[in-house]
Amino acid sequence: MADVMTRLEPNTRAAARGLSDLSIRNLFIIPTIAFLIVFNVFPLLYSLYTAFTDYRASTSAPANWIGLANFRDLLSDPFIWRNFTITAKYVIISVTGQVLVGFGLAMLLNRPIPLKGLITTLLLLPMMLSPAVVGLFWKLLYDPSFGIINYFLGLGKFEWLADPQVALYAVAIVDIWMWSPFVMLLSLAGLSAVPKHLYEAAEIDRAGPFYTFFRITLPLVAPILMIAIIFRTMEAFKTFDHAYILSTQPTTELIAIRLYKMAFLEWQTGMSSAFAYIVLIVVVAITNIYVKYLNKAKAR
Amino acid sequence: MAEVKTKGEVIFNRAAVIAVIVALVVMLTPIFWIAATAFKPRNLATTVPPTVFFEPTLSPFAKLFTKRSQLREPVEQEVYDNAAWWEKLIYDGGEQVVRNRKSGEVTSSGFGNRYMNSLIVSVISTLLAVSMGTITAYGFSRFRVPGEQDWLFFILSTRMLPPVVVAIPMFLMYRAVGLHDTHIGLIILYTAFNLSFAVWIMKGFIDEIPREYEEAALVDGYTRLQAFWKIVLPEALTGIAATAVFCFITAWNEYAFALMMTSKNAQTAPPYIPSQVGSGLSDWTVIASGAFLFLLPVAVFTFLLRNHLLRGMSFGAIRK
Repeated sequence: MADVMTRLEPNTRAAARGLSDLSIRNLFIIPTIAFLIVFNVFPLLYSLYTAFTDYRASTSAPANWIGLANFRDLLSDPFIWRNFTITAKYVIISVTGQVLVGFGLAMLLNRPIPLKGLITTLLLLPMMLSPAVVGLFWKLLYDPSFGIINYFLGLGKFEWLADPQVALYAVAIVDIWMWSPFVMLLSLAGLSAVPKHLYEAAEIDRAGPFYTFFRITLPLVAPILMIAIIFRTMEAFKTFDHAYILSTQPTTELIAIRLYKMAFLEWQTGMSSAFAYIVLIVVVAITNIYVKYLNKAKAR
Repeated sequence: MAEVKTKGEVIFNRAAVIAVIVALVVMLTPIFWIAATAFKPRNLATTVPPTVFFEPTLSPFAKLFTKRSQLREPVEQEVYDNAAWWEKLIYDGGEQVVRNRKSGEVTSSGFGNRYMNSLIVSVISTLLAVSMGTITAYGFSRFRVPGEQDWLFFILSTRMLPPVVVAIPMFLMYRAVGLHDTHIGLIILYTAFNLSFAVWIMKGFIDEIPREYEEAALVDGYTRLQAFWKIVLPEALTGIAATAVFCFITAWNEYAFALMMTSKNAQTAPPYIPSQVGSGLSDWTVIASGAFLFLLPVAVFTFLLRNHLLRGMSFGAIRK
């Protein structure tokens, strides 16, 4: 990527007038980095300290250093592992759903259709609107007595959110509804980049639709689809907004919800800081993979 | 695809169009339902079977902005006749507006304040994030930065942090310095959140502006800052606008930080609207009218932004 941008050396004629390029660079970059360090890194260092204490923000008792006790308690707590299992299940259901629906929609839209631009934009609406506010209305849609979902599907008084067996799926369905458009958007970009002559060649060779799909379409869309999958996996892992609003059952207690309750309802500040660090490590790991794929996509 | 189509292809294309229409209806139903509920009289909001066709009313909006109490006895005809149109709508629903005993002023609900808070916090944090993000993106785009990739990764990774993880220490720090439940506190958090996004997106836009433009200006005697101000910024204007809209939408929609970092004074609409749904009989028409007013600007922005959505959603990696 560095080759694409030829760079001005700091000692060119231009640099002799006004501020030097070096000082402009520093002036332009350092405030942002400093801002992010002060408001993101520094708090994290602070919570790294509280993670080793028994501090509770609801009391005035001073924090006592308790070493690794929080981490030990967390990792041996079967309930925390259940939160991780629930989250893993949720991530798999919602990302799979999003890929199937989103990629399916993209395949359908990848042809000349009247009003295609308008239809695409309308389909993207769910992901642009506030997850908390729109998520809230799924309570109304899912309502067992007057919800329109039960009415139109003819399910009678089916309990979506109150049944512990179903609730996680119900929350995942909202996530699928909200984020399939994202997979669709990226897939459409991937599909439109597949060279048309490949399809023509396949047609001349009398290749069937399955062969064309698995040998031409899918491999060429895969890199962009991969970006969508990794990004959605990371985001689904962090899901909070609509899940917190919709969840009433312990079976829908995703990691972010447990963390929030631990920190802000139970006020186990020290313990929740330790928990936050465990979550953080997972997120940074996925981010790392994500950025690798992003840079690969950029290089093309 | 202008080539001759077989009969099978034509049929397949028709089936695809029908499938797209079905998908569109399914995907838009929840949004349509919010909009429809916002204009329903209360008794039609939770009917079985669902009411799709009805005479729209503005009474949910009248209720949204006011505090009300149940009418014990029917209102006197004279009072009703002299009431404003919105107050009549409230009387029609069997309720009356709560007024200040002395001044007779209408007591407003919390919604207007929360909406204003959302507006203040989103607009200011967007301005800050986009202006800082643009110059930083320029810095990364045009100058040699040691460890550039690492810095860019660092910047992006701050955005990926789950809000709850950042909120725990930030809550303690804000409480210590008195920034809890303040506009400034929320603005700082949203600026940090959007700043990383703005840097990544704007870097893509600025990378696309040929550096020959600036170089020519530098040869003509412009200083570097003048070249940036007079050549690069105007060229990047579309990108800046798109980035700003994206940042605004993110801040506007944000729920988790607002839930944890505000309680009353600086609370924005996203935590407020769900808090209005009680466990008992909630008036969904009022909640829907609030949601409708809250979602409308974003829906409009989505249309303005339609050509940049791909880029924004992929942090500038996929441009078209």
